[in-house]
Amino acid sequence: MTTAAPITTAAGRARERQLPAYLLAGIAFGIVLTKGELVSWFRIQEALRFKGLYLYEVFASALAVTIPAFALLKRRAVRSLSGEPIAIPPKVLGRGYRYVIGGLIFGLGWGILGACPGPIFALIGAGVGPMVVAGLAAVAGTWVYGHLRPSLPH
Amino acid sequence: MFHEFLHRSWPWYVTGPLVGLVAVSLLLIGNKPFGISSNLQHLCAAFLPRRADFFKYDWKRAGLWNLVFLLVGGGFIGGALLSNTDPAAISGAAVSSLARLGIHDFSGLVPREVFNWHVVLSVRGLLLVVGGGFLTGFGTAYGGGCTSGHGISGLADLQLPSLIAVLAFFTGGALASHFLLPLLIVR
Repeated sequence: MTTAAPITTAAGRARERQLPAYLLAGIAFGIVLTKGELVSWFRIQEALRFKGLYLYEVFASALAVTIPAFALLKRRAVRSLSGEPIAIPPKVLGRGYRYVIGGLIFGLGWGILGACPGPIFALIGAGVGPMVVAGLAAVAGTWVYGHLRPSLPH
Repeated sequence: MFHEFLHRSWPWYVTGPLVGLVAVSLLLIGNKPFGISSNLQHLCAAFLPRRADFFKYDWKRAGLWNLVFLLVGGGFIGGALLSNTDPAAISGAAVSSLARLGIHDFSGLVPREVFNWHVVLSVRGLLLVVGGGFLTGFGTAYGGGCTSGHGISGLADLQLPSLIAVLAFFTGGALASHFLLPLLIVR
């Protein structure tokens, strides 16, 4: 046997040990999405039709927590429970086409469907049958992008 | 009182900070960036033919945590656990604006006039669900993130690409809600 094998298994085991923590965080996220009405089609359309501030207030107050928290974690070079130093990978700007065009396409889909990816899955969990079709279509959209990627401007 | 808290919908100043704390907790657990739409890429890599380079990576290593977080935790446990909420407390202006589009049932998480199998199998209903889902999945992969990855993580880290993306999300979303949605709702 090679010496690499046990290291890989140890890394794999360390990954698996953390899965319950991600599961708990996911349950918390699902509850926040549901109780905070972020899965509500009505809330999304209210925001996109400029008929209410709720979604904007949610984003603003989320950022009021995350901006200082992320800055603090980075400045103090805090390590995660898995031992790695916390670092947020920067998005590469490049010519920026992907953010404008991809962002607009995402927005069009979001406005038509009234749900973004997190809520699509939470709504499937909540028993909204037709969202299964939307979820499969979203996976198909990502799959098609993967194949067109070499020929799209980024 | 805790019972009350779980059975009422929450105000924005509770929801927003809790979303923020979820993002912070993922960094603290294992240095993971909060971003939902990577899961669409992981699902492709796990279950579909992997001819494109975009899907040639070790999805278990890169994304198993996120699939557990979103699909198992967020979707099927969190979403199912507390799904019977009251009608969303949207503004009167939103109610009348949506009523003009033919939406009259405001109970539940989604309007029954749109999300029922009968409508989904009509041309306009299919365009709404399949078209909307497809553009969402295509756009988020192209743009490198969605409302969580760019809107929360990227903006929280003050990244310019995320600001551009979020402005594009809301522009596209407002255009679709005003001009495309009315064409796709069966009256």
